[in-house]
This record gives sequence, C-alpha cells and structure tokens, in this order.
Amino acid sequence: MTMQHASTDIAFRTAQVVDGLKDLEGPLLPILHELQEEFGCVPPEALPVIAEALNISNAEVHGVVTFYHDYRNQPAGRHVLKVCRAEACQSMGGDAIATQISRALGIGFHETAKDGSVTLEPVYCLGLCACAPAAMLDGEVIGRLDAGKIDEIVQEVRS
Amino acid sequence: MGLIHEIDYGTPASKAEKQVTLTVDGFEVTVPEGTSIMRASMEAGIKIPKLCATDMVDAFGSCRLCLVEIEGRAGTPSSCTTPVAPGMVVKTQTSRLKDIRKGVMELYISDHPLDCLTCAANGDCELQDMAGVVGLRDVRYGYDGDNHVFAKDRSDGGENFRWMPKDESNPYFTYDPSKCIVCSRCVRACEEVQGTFALTIEGRGFESRVSPGMHQPFIDSECVSCGACVQACPTATLTEKSVIEIGQAEHSVVTTCAYCGVGCSFKAEMRGDELVRMVPYKDGKANRGHSCVKGRFAWGYATHKDRILNPMIREKITDPWREVSWEEAFAHIASEFRRIQYQYGKGAVGGITSSRCTNEETYLVQKLVRQGFGNNNVDTCARVCHSPTGYGLGQTFGTSAGTQDFDSVEHTDVIMVIGANPSAAHPVFASRMKKRIRQGAKLIVLDPRVTETVDSVHAKATHHLPLLPGTNVAVITSLAHVIVTEGLFDEAFIRERCDWSEFEDYAAFVAEEHHSPEAVEKLSGVPADAIREAARLYATGGNGAIYYGLGVTEHSQGSTTVMAIANLAMLTGNIGRPGVGVNPLRGQNNVQGSCDMGSFPHELPGYRHISGDAVRDIYESLWGVKLDNEPGLRIPNMLDAAVEGSFKGIYIQGEDILQSDPDTKHVAAGLAAMECVVVHDLFLNETANYAHVFLPGSTFLEKDGTFTNAERRINRVRKVMAPKNGYGDWEVTQLLAQAMGIGWNYAHPSEIMDEIARTTPSFASVTYDLLDKVGSVQWPCNEKAPEGTPIMHVDGFVRGKGKFIRTEYVATDEKTGPRFPLLLTTGRILSQYNVGAQTRRTENVIWHDEDRLEIHPHDAEQRGIRDGDWVRIQSRAGETTLRALITERVAPGVIYTTFHHPNTQANVVTTDFSDWATNCPEYKVTAVQVAPSNGPSDWQVNYDEQARRSRRIAARRLEAAE
Repeated sequence: MTMQHASTDIAFRTAQVVDGLKDLEGPLLPILHELQEEFGCVPPEALPVIAEALNISNAEVHGVVTFYHDYRNQPAGRHVLKVCRAEACQSMGGDAIATQISRALGIGFHETAKDGSVTLEPVYCLGLCACAPAAMLDGEVIGRLDAGKIDEIVQEVRS
Repeated sequence: MGLIHEIDYGTPASKAEKQVTLTVDGFEVTVPEGTSIMRASMEAGIKIPKLCATDMVDAFGSCRLCLVEIEGRAGTPSSCTTPVAPGMVVKTQTSRLKDIRKGVMELYISDHPLDCLTCAANGDCELQDMAGVVGLRDVRYGYDGDNHVFAKDRSDGGENFRWMPKDESNPYFTYDPSKCIVCSRCVRACEEVQGTFALTIEGRGFESRVSPGMHQPFIDSECVSCGACVQACPTATLTEKSVIEIGQAEHSVVTTCAYCGVGCSFKAEMRGDELVRMVPYKDGKANRGHSCVKGRFAWGYATHKDRILNPMIREKITDPWREVSWEEAFAHIASEFRRIQYQYGKGAVGGITSSRCTNEETYLVQKLVRQGFGNNNVDTCARVCHSPTGYGLGQTFGTSAGTQDFDSVEHTDVIMVIGANPSAAHPVFASRMKKRIRQGAKLIVLDPRVTETVDSVHAKATHHLPLLPGTNVAVITSLAHVIVTEGLFDEAFIRERCDWSEFEDYAAFVAEEHHSPEAVEKLSGVPADAIREAARLYATGGNGAIYYGLGVTEHSQGSTTVMAIANLAMLTGNIGRPGVGVNPLRGQNNVQGSCDMGSFPHELPGYRHISGDAVRDIYESLWGVKLDNEPGLRIPNMLDAAVEGSFKGIYIQGEDILQSDPDTKHVAAGLAAMECVVVHDLFLNETANYAHVFLPGSTFLEKDGTFTNAERRINRVRKVMAPKNGYGDWEVTQLLAQAMGIGWNYAHPSEIMDEIARTTPSFASVTYDLLDKVGSVQWPCNEKAPEGTPIMHVDGFVRGKGKFIRTEYVATDEKTGPRFPLLLTTGRILSQYNVGAQTRRTENVIWHDEDRLEIHPHDAEQRGIRDGDWVRIQSRAGETTLRALITERVAPGVIYTTFHHPNTQANVVTTDFSDWATNCPEYKVTAVQVAPSNGPSDWQVNYDEQARRSRRIAARRLEAAE
C-alpha cells in the first residue's frame, strides 16, 4: 500500500528523481514515469519542482501530465484493470462484458474499490482486436473475455 | 476617422530572398519562398477562412477551415501549413471545400453558445465571421449532448462537469471557457510572442481546455498579463473587461506608450472620447505588435480621481492649497520668478524637464530657462539614470545613444545583459530577446541578483556573473583582460576603425595581472572561470550585443563602466552592423528625447556644448537673446545652492525629485529653502508637498507630440481626447512664457518640432508629415539619412576613430564595515513603473502592493528575521522600514528592494555619492545594516503626516460661469 507522503518529502524525492534523469534527451516523460513508479501517481506538488529543474513552465508540465491518461493524480488500487471499450471489442460484445466486470467488482469506470484492491479504467484499443473483447490486468493482456475469465480476474484482484 | 483594421495574413512573413510565383484562384502572386499559401492568398487579396491561424504566431493547422485544393496534389491540405511552390495552382473555393468547411463550422458551433447579440465580442468575433463566411445555416447536432456550454445538464438539470465558470481573477480581462474553441492561439501567443509559457492545453480530445498554469485562475498562474493571449483570441473567451463594460470601439488612433523606453506603438481604441482599450500596433517598429501589462492595461491613472485638474497656489507649504484660475497662477509665477531674480540674481531660478513629457514640451522648458530665465539652470531626471551613458558613449563613440534598433536582436548570437532586468523593466524587448534565445542565441547576465532575466523558462542564461554591487568596472575590465591576453580581439576591426596607439595603451593596461579573472574574483565574488568563459563566448560566439541598464550607470563609476562596455564592443568588432552594438535600455519613455532636447545645463539640443559660439549663435539669433556661455546648475547643485540660500525658485515639469532623487532629507531641505517651487504634474506628488504653485498636467492621451525611445526612434504621440485639465503641457509652458513676457506663439507641437529640426542637425529632416508617412524614424535623420539611421557607426565612428579609454577600477567610498555590513541594491518589478505615480493608481497594485526587502536566508537567520517581518534598514544617510522577503535570488551580503511606493522611502537610505563625471547618484550600492523592527520609522510616520497635511485643498472655488 502506498504511504501518504508529506509535501516536503514529495518535493525532496521529486528533486532527486529529476536530478537523476534531467540530462536525458526529452527528460519529462521518463521523470513522470519514475515518479508514478515511486508514488503510485504524479503528485500535483511535484509539478513545480519538475518545471523549475527543467527550466520549463508549470503549465507545460501540467499540459503533458493531463494529456496522458496513464499519469494519475492519486494512487490507483493495488491492481489496475483496463477494459477495452473501442470499436472492435464493442462489435464482439465488449459493452456487455464491461457491464459485467463493473458489476462483479462493484465499482464503475474510473473508480477504485473501497478496500483499495482494484481500479477499473476504460482503454481505447490494446492492439488485441483479433482476440476481442480484451482487457489488461496490471500490464498483462487478456483476450477473448467471457464470464469465466471475468471470474478469474475478480478472484485475482480480491486475493 | 474609423477603426484601423490591420490585415491578418494568417502566418508570419517569410524572410527568404528567393521569390516564388503561384496562382491562387486564377490570380498570379509572387511571394518570398517559405510563405504559406494562406499568406500568399491574402497578399493577392483573397481571404481563406481560418480560425487557428493568425500572423503573430506560427502556423498550427488545427482548425481545418483553411483547407485548399492544389492542382496535381491529392486531398485538401491546410493552407496555413503548406508552403508555396513555383507554378503551384491553388483553388480556395470549390464545392468540396465548401462542404468540408461548413461541416467543420457546424461542429464548432455545436459546442458554442448562441448568445451573439449579448456577447462582448459581438462585432469583433472571428468565429461569428467564419460562420457567416462559410454560410452556416443550421446545426444538426443540437445541444443536448456533451458540451462545455451549459452549467446544467439540459436533460436532467444535473451538474455539467465539463462546464467551467468564468475566470475573472485578472483585473483586466476575463477567461470564459464556455466560449473557447480550443484553437490554441492564446497558448501559442504566450509561448511564441511573450515567452512566458503560462498557458497550456490540458487533457486531450473533447476534454481539451485552455489552462492557465496548472488549472489555476489566471492571477495565480505564471501569467504576466501582457495581453498577447487576449489579442490572439478569435472569440469572446479572453476579453478585456473594459470592452465588456463599454462595448466595441468605433475609432482608433495610433500613438506611443508613455511608460518605459521601449516606446511601444499602440492603437488607442476609442468610443467617442472614452478609451476602450489599448491594442499593440503591428507596424510599431519597436514592439512589432507586442505589449506588456503596463502599456496594454495600466492606463486607468489618466482618469483617476486623484488627478488634479485646476491650478493651485499657496503662500506657505504648510497652508492648504487654494484653487485659482490659470491666469492667476501664471501671473503669480511670473511675478515671483521675476522678484526672485531681481532680489537674488539671475541664476536664482531654474527648471527641470521631464522624461515623461514629449520632445516638444521638453524643448520648451529648456527654452524657457535659457531664453526666459536667462541662465542655463536646466536639468532633467536623466541626471539620476543615464547621464553616464551620455558621457561614456560620447567619449568613446561620439554619440550619446544606443547603436542599434530593437530589430537588431533578431540577428544576435550572444546577448550580454549588464545591470538590467528587461523581463521586469523592458518587458517587450525582453520578449523579443527571449525569442532569439529560444532560437539558439546565448545569454550572459551580469547582475548581483538572480533576476527573472537570468532564469526565464526556455531562455536561461548560459552564464550568470553574480558580481558584488559596485564591482562592474573590475569585472568588465577583466572580461577585456581575457579577450586581450587570449588573443580573441578583432585586430582588423580595431586597425580600421579605432586609434591603434590608444588600443595598444589600453591592451597593455587591461593585460596587467590585477585585471585577471583570478584577481578580480577576490573583490567581485565572481568565479574566475565564469569570467573567462563569458569573455570567450562574447568574443567568439558570433554577433555579440550588449544591453545594459541602471545597474551600470547608477554607480560612482557609472561613466567608467559605460566606457568599459564600449571598449569591449570595439575590442571584438561588435559595432556597426545588425546583431551587435551597445544598447542602453532607457528607463523612461522619453529619457532619450529629453537628453536630445538640450535638457542638460551644459548642452543645447543635439548634445552641443553651450560654450560653442557657433551653436549659441543659432539660438541667439532665433530667440533674440544673449545666451550664457557657462553651464548652469545640475539638480544636486540647485539643491545645494538652495540650502545655501542662493537658489530660490524652480519650475519642475513631470518629475518627482523628492521621491526619485537620492538622499531624500537633503532634497526636502533644498525644496523647503526655496521661495517659489512650481510643480507641473498629473498628481500631487511627493515633491508637491514642498510646492507653492501646482500646475495640473496632461496625460499622453491628451496631447500631440513625439517621444524618442531607447533606439533613438522618434515616435508620434497623438491626442485622442481633450486635456481634462484644459491644456496640454506644451501649452501650459507656453502660457507661462507668455505671462513672463516672452512672445511664443506655437499653434501646434509640429511647429515646435519644425524649430527643433531647423536648429539641430541630427533632427534636420524630422517633420510630422514624415512621421505620418513612414511611422517613425531614428535620429540622425537629415540629408544624409532622410529616413533615419537604424544602426549607427556603420562605416566608421561618429567621432572619427573609436577611442579606447583606460578603465581603472576604484572601489566606491560606500563600503561595508562592522556597522553597515550589507550592500543594498535596488531595482524594479514588472507591474509597477518607477516611483509608481501612475501604476499605483491602477489595478496593477494587485501584483505588487508594497515594496519588500529581499534578503538571503543566511543573513536573515543571523538577524532573527522571518519572512514577512518588519525590518529596519539603516545606512549612514538614514533609515526606513519595510517587510522582509527571504529569498536565494540575492547572494549573502546583498539585499535588494524596489522603490515603487512612496512610504518605502528607499532614498532616505541612499547616500549622496555619485558618478565622478556626471553626478548620477549611486543608487545601486548602499552599505546598510538590517534589524527586526516593530513598524514604520519616525521619519516615515512624520513624513506621512506632513504629506497628508500638505495635500489639503481649501473649499473649491466657484466656477466663473455660475
């Protein structure tokens, strides 16, 4: 479970992360990834620290962070389940599957279970159209979703 | 008279030399290579529909309205991002294009309110125009779906989470996200034009929104309120509050900003005689269509209730003011000045010209002193800012002015900024400079403080040399040491343009070991390596240009520093072509002009010494008087003489010497000792507390004239409304002269300019007709240069051979010691201007409502000072109090404050040390001690009380008509 960090800690740790990566060409995305790895999200307090170190504006960092859905502003649950809602999966019954998953986990899309076990998110194409409907659990793709596979997923995130 | 409509070509001009010919809708058009099809079409008079394109920013290609068809090419490319090609055949209007455009507009309008009639942009909205242009008649999508337009969901009345309320946090403009079409013009203007990067597009797809900072209100973001985004916005999303209140303007007049020495051209957009807004003028050659928060928005002082509109008199400065008629005021001054001259001698009166007034007005004040008072006791506020520039550049190059135009910075490879903070004090130039830095130019900054110029986003200085205040000469001479000893100087240039034997002498001098970076490190605190690297970069990095400010001049060695800078430029051949040069950044709108106009006691207009018989002849025959061939008194001398009892009367036009001149107590004593102090100003300023006569002044909006900016550019100031006080300042001076029996009879300022041109060789061809025709000219403007001189010393120095002068560093007598261990230096902030008489009377106070003392955490901790505490600053001259701001922008041992607020009284602390050559005060170095304090000093309390009492005005006189 990710600990809550005091904002001075965040600034300090962010400065360390930035320092280690700022000499890369195009350092912003790697820095944001590293912070998300560290804190489970990109904390809003980290943004001005990054901006100052890279000599760019707060607005620019904010623009990049909000452009990518994968950067969170608060930590996700222990597991992250992304269910594809794009066209190919829809044509293979993806909408119904999405509803079933949501019901089975007891949360809607963009929500995290109260016990912090799982966060449910939509994704628009995993490149797995041939095995639609598809989902991704903690970075592992799962194809040809059906009731059985949903059960397996639920069991895994609850365990 | 109507609104001036500037053509928007959609994309910036190409600077390529090669021309390309293409056909647009059957018309041939020839444009420079690299021009967009959109711009080429506009050149041919064909407007391609567009939303995301405007010529202040680069093409973006997002709105999909400007599509065209090109013969032989597939698809419908966007005309803004497609460059022209030879022989290209373009069609801008086909049935396919019409369908696409209509479809695109339909989508835009499906997420935009239909409140055109009550919208602030009604009549000035490009979205509205485009809907008309593409023939949009119907929006099939309706408004029930997802939208950013309505606060409540239209079907169930619930909250619409996409909707954002209007942001009214900025005092001058509003941001209404519901009207935003996300064209990114504001974001790009903030980045490309202003260089602040305060705006971004947050989110993606339909969720994309313009976000100031990190989804903050404008006022909390990094926004500097320059107005570029408002200007770029094609809808009502970003709109001036004045337009919302008043409505669209109906006519506009091009004029010149009256704040700093950049001299931006603006369109004053008017409704009747009410100013609706000031919009930067694209053809303005100083600003090229850009502005800052002061010129763009901070003009409310012109109608502020504090403005005095009737002349006033009082017997003693302890009496309340009594309003009188103009006739009475003039008669009183005339009789008092004559009495004083009769009683105490001809030299007992004098005048001070204003760098805030026009050339014509300044010329008249010095003429009044020389012709009417019969002496040379005239001086100007440039005494306290750039007099060393006049002296230093005059000695080395032969002219008292910057060598370049502002456009020159577009060709610079290495920019050296010395003792200046353009980001705060010359923001529009700073934006142009930063643009060049983002293109790859390098920046070197010499400043004790980490200023905003040192660490601007995307424009960080390559080298910052944080020298101790007062060590300019040592550091700059050390730069020359490196250039000479490492053989980096430009021998060919020096042999051709300068005196070689003087160079040899100078080279031997700078090569001495005590000028080496290692030796200078000890006294300046700048690491030797930094000096070496900066010197190498400036000498070898391509076109090198130096820009400097008051951090150079306001020192006991101010003139020496200016000469050291000139030496550096000559040494490296960085003079006489675009991209190089030595450029003083002038503080006030017309400080260059007031100096040009003969405001100094030793000089007639055009920097010609008063002792020259031939020059005096010109004026003596024209004015019909005998001129004194001896220089008159400088401001400090006038005050000294007043204290001694030999100087008794003064006419001060538009300058607040009590607040702006050093050693406030001495200034106050001098003024108090005079018998007739005449203050001619917009407001009862601090000096007026000691005045016997107050003449109300007029603003730059209320008169015709010219200002000369830092690049010697003579810009027209045009009257857009009648003077609220009744007379333009030039008329007031003329009426005063007439009351003194001098037969002046100028019907218009253009006649004054004609007299200036007739008598001053460098202005010989300047006329209002010429200025109306070409917009502006840079002096010298005469037979040799009929349209002015953008770059000086092109084929040789004005004085003949460039003169190298030895610049020995002599430490100031103002030294730190056990009693006064810290060095105080002063500066400015973006939102406030100088002593703040204008900007404090505008909404700009929201950004800076008090002056703070910046102190390093180390020094603060030693003294037990916390952020926000009241602290007392004490120097040999006096003490004052203000609140501390703890910051690492200043080095340990150095403290810093601004002087925009009168109760700060920073000049109570500054001493009377001054430049050896010109008496320019040493504002930038004062040895002080700082200690915690409970609140304002006795002086501040007494001063406030005295100021309050002296501003009383007796019951208003009855109007004559009643």
